[in-house]
Amino acid sequence: MSDSEKKKPNRRDFIVTATAAAGAVGVGAVVWPLVDQMNPDASVKALASTEVDISAVEPGQSITVLWRGKPVFIKRRTQDEIDSARAVDLSELKHPEKDEDRAKNPEWLVMLGVCTHLGCVPLNDKGDYGAWFCPCHGSHYDTSGRIRKGPAPTNMEVPKYEFVNSNTIKIG
Amino acid sequence: MSDHEYTPKSKVGKWFNDRLPLLTLANHLTDYPTPKNLNYWWTFGGILTFCLITQIITGIVLGMHYVAHADLAFQSVEHIMRDVNYGWLIRYVHANGASMFFLAVYIHIFRSLYYGSYKSPREVIWIIGMLIYFLMMATAFMGYVLPWGQMSFWGATVITNLFSAIPLVGESITNWLWGGYSVDNPTLTRFFSLHYLFPFLILGLVVLHIWALHVPGNNNPIGIDIKKPSKDTVPFHPYIVIKDAFALLIFLLIFAFFVFFSPNILGHADNYIEANPLVTPAHIVPEWYLLPFYAILRSVPDKLLGVIAMFAAIFVLVILPWLDTSKVRSTVFRPIYKQFYWFLVADVLILGYVGAMPAEGLYLLIARVATAYYFAHFLIILPFLGMKEKTTPLPLSITEPILGGSADMAMARNNLDLKEKL
Repeated sequence: MSDSEKKKPNRRDFIVTATAAAGAVGVGAVVWPLVDQMNPDASVKALASTEVDISAVEPGQSITVLWRGKPVFIKRRTQDEIDSARAVDLSELKHPEKDEDRAKNPEWLVMLGVCTHLGCVPLNDKGDYGAWFCPCHGSHYDTSGRIRKGPAPTNMEVPKYEFVNSNTIKIG
Repeated sequence: MSDHEYTPKSKVGKWFNDRLPLLTLANHLTDYPTPKNLNYWWTFGGILTFCLITQIITGIVLGMHYVAHADLAFQSVEHIMRDVNYGWLIRYVHANGASMFFLAVYIHIFRSLYYGSYKSPREVIWIIGMLIYFLMMATAFMGYVLPWGQMSFWGATVITNLFSAIPLVGESITNWLWGGYSVDNPTLTRFFSLHYLFPFLILGLVVLHIWALHVPGNNNPIGIDIKKPSKDTVPFHPYIVIKDAFALLIFLLIFAFFVFFSPNILGHADNYIEANPLVTPAHIVPEWYLLPFYAILRSVPDKLLGVIAMFAAIFVLVILPWLDTSKVRSTVFRPIYKQFYWFLVADVLILGYVGAMPAEGLYLLIARVATAYYFAHFLIILPFLGMKEKTTPLPLSITEPILGGSADMAMARNNLDLKEKL
């Protein structure tokens, strides 16, 4: 076969390529539904937001609610706790985040009660910082839910939430 | 089986093949000599394998979302249809896949009947095939119970009550099947378990079916023995692979039409009503693929004899290789059998039709005549016809009709005979 013949695709090449391309699209169209069916379904997504009544929560008290199958801590912080959280120098932190960014309304701290190490639920009012302590592998969190000591890599996550009114928080 | 020894080219391949001869198997399957005159009726083996794999894959997926409990099953199916991502598609493929599976298996069986593929030396292939068919019916029936709709519940009630026809122990057997005194939660959970198991038994039997096929090799449209490999054969790959793939694509067009344009046309609206043990739907019918047997069951006015007739209708197929006494395989060379063959096709279609109609008046009469003819075909016509029929001469090889200048040897010979008579 000469060089010019090699370079120029003939009709057989065209039909082989076209068949393979159509076949690849077809296989993809079959495989995707089989994969996607394992993703969260519509009934799970429908539970993606939760409204919580916080009118009964006293200062210093923390409640835990379930959101997307995970615990969410809603803590009504005392002035001392707010002050100690805001006094921390960011350079001391493993995962630097301002308390002002984590708690827009300083009295209320809302965060996922899931240790960022391996997913256990930390205990309240425990640990070196008088806030949260994870019993699984010893991670200490401060009054802003930030990691201060132990193996966890990041602060406890703050979910998307909003105050519907002064007594109700909508998470998600 | 290919007689030549196969040695892998690569060192690794040889090392592996000496320990587990998978490459020898792959080589056998690609080189497998196939009669070169196979027509498109021979592509249904591949199509059926595809159907089985499709049912297993979609079934495993549905099993991830389905809940086998009398209180939750119906809702979980609706959950699959409405909430699960592409759940509607996967369930419709599975439900219509069952119908497509039976459509293909009926064509496959009637192909075998037309070309005498069940005859010596292929009796074992045929019997394994009948076992697969029987397991398919059991699997499809139990699968239809799982959505726990009205048809599921009452279909299960009617079919399990067949066993109550057995004298003395009938009632104990039905109670044992149900796990109670009626179709209820224990029945549903065991049906789910077995519905999951049976397809894998079928898969095992399919392997044996193909293994048994590869011993004598394929039958072919003119039904004569061929020497393999010879000028009468082509290697399985690429010739048959491409032909099977093309036929599969056409089959998928029909399959896709049902799934996307009329997914419920083969089902019953009553099955979208949750099972209610207090109310039977006005008209109970099984799925279309079981209708001929249902017609046979109903055509006999006695409970026990009706059940026996229904099972006998399947069993008579199992012993078919010994009922057909003709040594000539292909119907092409059996002018009288050819007519009876089409009578049988019509008879089974009629049985299917009356099976879907109410069992009364003219329908019942037709069902009785058709049932009698069904058994007469296998038990009277086939044994005697094989001894009496004058068959037309067989060609010496597959190649002979082609080299003789005629595409259809039988036609050529018939024309010749006619001319001589004139």
